[in-house]
Amino acid sequence: MTVLELRDVHRVHGSGETAVHALRGITLAVEPGELVAVMGPSGSGKSTLLNLAGGLDRPSQGSVHVDGVDLSGLGRRALATVRRQRVGYVFQDLNLLASLTAAENVALPLELDGVAARKARALAASALSEVDLDGYASRFPDEMSGGQQQRVAIARALIGKRRLILADEPTGALDSQTGEAVLRLIRSKVDDGAAGVLVTHDARHAAWADRVVFLRDGVVVDTAGPLDQPDELLAPGGAR
Amino acid sequence: MSVRYGLLALLERGPMHGYQLRAAFEESTGGTWPLNIGQVYTTLSRLERDELVHAMPDGDDGHRDYEITDAGRAELAQWFATPVGRADRPRDELAIKLALALTTPGVDIQAVVQTQRTATVRSLQELTRLKPADARPDDLPWRLVLDAMIFQAEAEVRWLDHCEASLVRYTPPPDAATQPATESSWEVSR
Repeated sequence: MTVLELRDVHRVHGSGETAVHALRGITLAVEPGELVAVMGPSGSGKSTLLNLAGGLDRPSQGSVHVDGVDLSGLGRRALATVRRQRVGYVFQDLNLLASLTAAENVALPLELDGVAARKARALAASALSEVDLDGYASRFPDEMSGGQQQRVAIARALIGKRRLILADEPTGALDSQTGEAVLRLIRSKVDDGAAGVLVTHDARHAAWADRVVFLRDGVVVDTAGPLDQPDELLAPGGAR
Repeated sequence: MSVRYGLLALLERGPMHGYQLRAAFEESTGGTWPLNIGQVYTTLSRLERDELVHAMPDGDDGHRDYEITDAGRAELAQWFATPVGRADRPRDELAIKLALALTTPGVDIQAVVQTQRTATVRSLQELTRLKPADARPDDLPWRLVLDAMIFQAEAEVRWLDHCEASLVRYTPPPDAATQPATESSWEVSR
């Protein structure tokens, strides 16, 4: 089943002459196992799109569906449940709670859903293990490197039954090797069956996606997918 | 660069015949620069003429090995010590195309930029897919070549973003696209 679907989504901030059309009729579907990157200049609507996809904002027109559920029909409480149970966010500022350990940060969304603490911690430990952070469960965020903190954020984003990962410039200030490790991790989570949307201004990062959507002034102006014949690339001069 | 230095560098590992050189060259560049055997032998005979390599007697298998000479080693050391000049690279057709698109009537330059961006990002996607899942030490020469192509493609996209941002602020001079303005102003000032 399609994990994320945006149907003719518009988002207008303000009204009258000062109204800003952040998105104008976006239609997008992301399937399980698919990573879609969204590129575009500042103000093109990238972050608005991500906020709408994650139920952090509501469209002015059109609808957003996560796992078949139309978010526009949900009240605040139901929406919060969908966000917590089905959607994982990885932001540039990681939003890890400094007073909680890595395992507690990862387990928090489960505990908010009423999962018993012991079980939540066990699931968190295995999620940390999946991102190669065995042995870091009781570290606090400030005892870890930027790349390790980012991996904690990814573990937290995908714990439980969540199948949609939304990432906004997830490699932030990381160096290029660590940034690549983070992208590989998101990629492998998606290859395991999650759906992902990655907002980035960096083409090298967007290239990890199956599809790259170009936004300008709130409209999709183009989409890039893989070449039919990758061999073209290896021909002399083909890589430009 | 020419194939010449590539072959000299490979012969620094030890004597090799043409087919071995071709295989070693393609292995080092991950197949991004395919050579035909004719190119290899033409280059070898020029290197021999310039006394940078020396042809050994035919082996039992009928192949003739080549070995690097002291002059060849000096030439190779000189190559490694010399930076690659930007002026030595071919002219950038894309930059010229965009410059012309700006001044040619009826051309939608934003469309030209976006067409190129999509194509370059698509190349980047393919290059990224070629990255090995697990990095092994013996992959490193190939990964470096691959990363060079990835970073160059990324730089092109960044430059296209820059062009697009500049276009937003660009107001063409009156009739600039249809009339060689500089020439008429030259007439007046003369």
